[in-house]
Amino acid sequence: MKRLVIALLTLLAILHQDFWYWDSIDPLVFGFVPIGLAYHIGVSIAAGILWALAVHYCWPRDVDVPDEFTTPSAPLHPERQG
Amino acid sequence: MNLSTLNPGQTAVLVIALYLGALIALGLLSQLVLRLTVADYFLASRGLGSVMLLMSLIGTTMTAFALIGSSGESWESGIVTYGKMASWSGIIHAAMYFLIGMKLWAFGKKYGYVTQIQFFRDRFESDKLGLLLFPILVALLVPYILMGIISSGNSIQTVTAGAFPDYFKDTTGSIPYWLGALVTCVVVLYYISAGGVRGTAWVNALQTMIFLVLGVAMCWTIAEKLGGPTAATAMVVEHNPTRLKRDVSPEDARHYDEKLAQWKADPKKAVIKPREPHAASKMEFTTYLFIPLSVAMFPHLFQYWLTARSAKKFKMSIIGQPLLIMVIWAPCVMIGIWATSAIYNGQPVIPPEFAEPNKVLPMMVRKLASPVMGAFLAAGIFAAVMSSMDAMFLALGSMFANDIAGHYIGRDRFSDRQLVWIGRVFIILVVAVSYFLALQWRQSRVFNLGVWCFTGFASLFPVLFASIYWRRATKAGAYASILAAAATWFFLFRDAGYGASGEPVRWGLTPVTFVFTASTLALILVSLITRPPSAATIQKFFGASQHAR
Repeated sequence: MKRLVIALLTLLAILHQDFWYWDSIDPLVFGFVPIGLAYHIGVSIAAGILWALAVHYCWPRDVDVPDEFTTPSAPLHPERQG
Repeated sequence: MNLSTLNPGQTAVLVIALYLGALIALGLLSQLVLRLTVADYFLASRGLGSVMLLMSLIGTTMTAFALIGSSGESWESGIVTYGKMASWSGIIHAAMYFLIGMKLWAFGKKYGYVTQIQFFRDRFESDKLGLLLFPILVALLVPYILMGIISSGNSIQTVTAGAFPDYFKDTTGSIPYWLGALVTCVVVLYYISAGGVRGTAWVNALQTMIFLVLGVAMCWTIAEKLGGPTAATAMVVEHNPTRLKRDVSPEDARHYDEKLAQWKADPKKAVIKPREPHAASKMEFTTYLFIPLSVAMFPHLFQYWLTARSAKKFKMSIIGQPLLIMVIWAPCVMIGIWATSAIYNGQPVIPPEFAEPNKVLPMMVRKLASPVMGAFLAAGIFAAVMSSMDAMFLALGSMFANDIAGHYIGRDRFSDRQLVWIGRVFIILVVAVSYFLALQWRQSRVFNLGVWCFTGFASLFPVLFASIYWRRATKAGAYASILAAAATWFFLFRDAGYGASGEPVRWGLTPVTFVFTASTLALILVSLITRPPSAATIQKFFGASQHAR
């Protein structure tokens, strides 16, 4: 599934180049959105869906850092905090 | 107070005052929970949840350009604006959060980084890399900040027209530019000073909500006044069909000539003067993918990434980014396209010889919506401006306090409270300098410079990406990449008349393509012929569980 999601995201980036609608106005989606713009609104929606799949299926296992492995960016001399 | 007795300018002043008052109140509230430590002031103690992170990141990445620039650019170029900028950004920004943001968050939490420079110094085992990066990052941020101050000063003056004719005679009653810009700077300064990054995140959540709702509300109101969205688009099909596509056919050229001849023969009958058709370049359209890579190198975004409570808090931001960008951009692009051909009461909404794209949206709102909507537009512009500016100021303060003062004078010589104050004083200085520059350069080409800033940040992306995913990336490679990017950028920038002619395209390619390529090649070639990083550094950043090559 992980590979499929990565492949779909790559495909979306390729499909972003919609040269086939370069010279088209029609059909007007909902009667007022030209097809070239509607297509790219669709790309944005598809990106949201694909990133949701990526978050679900491609989430890195080792990315979270438990608090006990944290280096605080606290002062070196806490007694001087005011 | 009887609202009906206020003129449109005074209504705008009232709405703006209420809005700025709300920001100050949020600043006050956040001050109550602020602890004066570096981790709390600059990173909200790494404690932001999913919603606050999403709203802050959206607020920070969507500038005034998302409202004003998008509609102006669509008025000039048509629907290509959305594909070039919004849909590319939706895909790429989310990728940056997923591939870069979470990794940097993890390194930041594990090794206590507060700024980008701390990470780079460590990863590339070079103290002086910070001295090279600090002025570059500051220089790239300043024009970005100037855009914000200039936009807010101009917007206040435009929407408050006629508010106080007795007090501001020189501006026919408008709040003057210098005062509007000053108020904006002081309010931002107050809430970032009071609440640090947490206060800024609270304010940004409110601001993001405002401009999310505003774009849709404006689009709806304007469409209704034009007879509905179908009628509004029909006017564009009639007068400027090329704004609804990206090519110009011979038939389009003939249509333009006919319409222009009709307008010249009888402007009153023709009503709309057709706009000259422009075909979009397919190659340029493709190379716009490099521009959103710039977000990965924004110091202010790095700072927000570090505020997340856990890596899981990134999930909503990754999914929400493309969708919220769409909600903000699509209505503004439609308004810009409708503006090319909008007729109301038999008159063109935008005058025939009008030549200021950045005023297209305010003019559409002023002529087709109520004064209250106009005032909310001003508030929305401030929301967009301030939510980016505040994060930049904070990042600059943090960089100075941690990378310069703390690093060179000695971190152990300052208490946290002192470091926070050093950051605050530096922020005040930057705001003061930016304000005076904004007064001098009000009519300048700062907006053109903005695109060059994005190009600059995008050209630093290869170093960042390699620092995380390529263990062979070396200190010399990083220096070579940064210097190659700076040299190529400066050569092209000078060639473009220091930004006077925007971003000129060569062989169908935008300047970012050349700068990005030079920076990438320098990084790879020099890294391969120089000594690899030490085993300790490799272990630290690519330890056993990480398999980057």
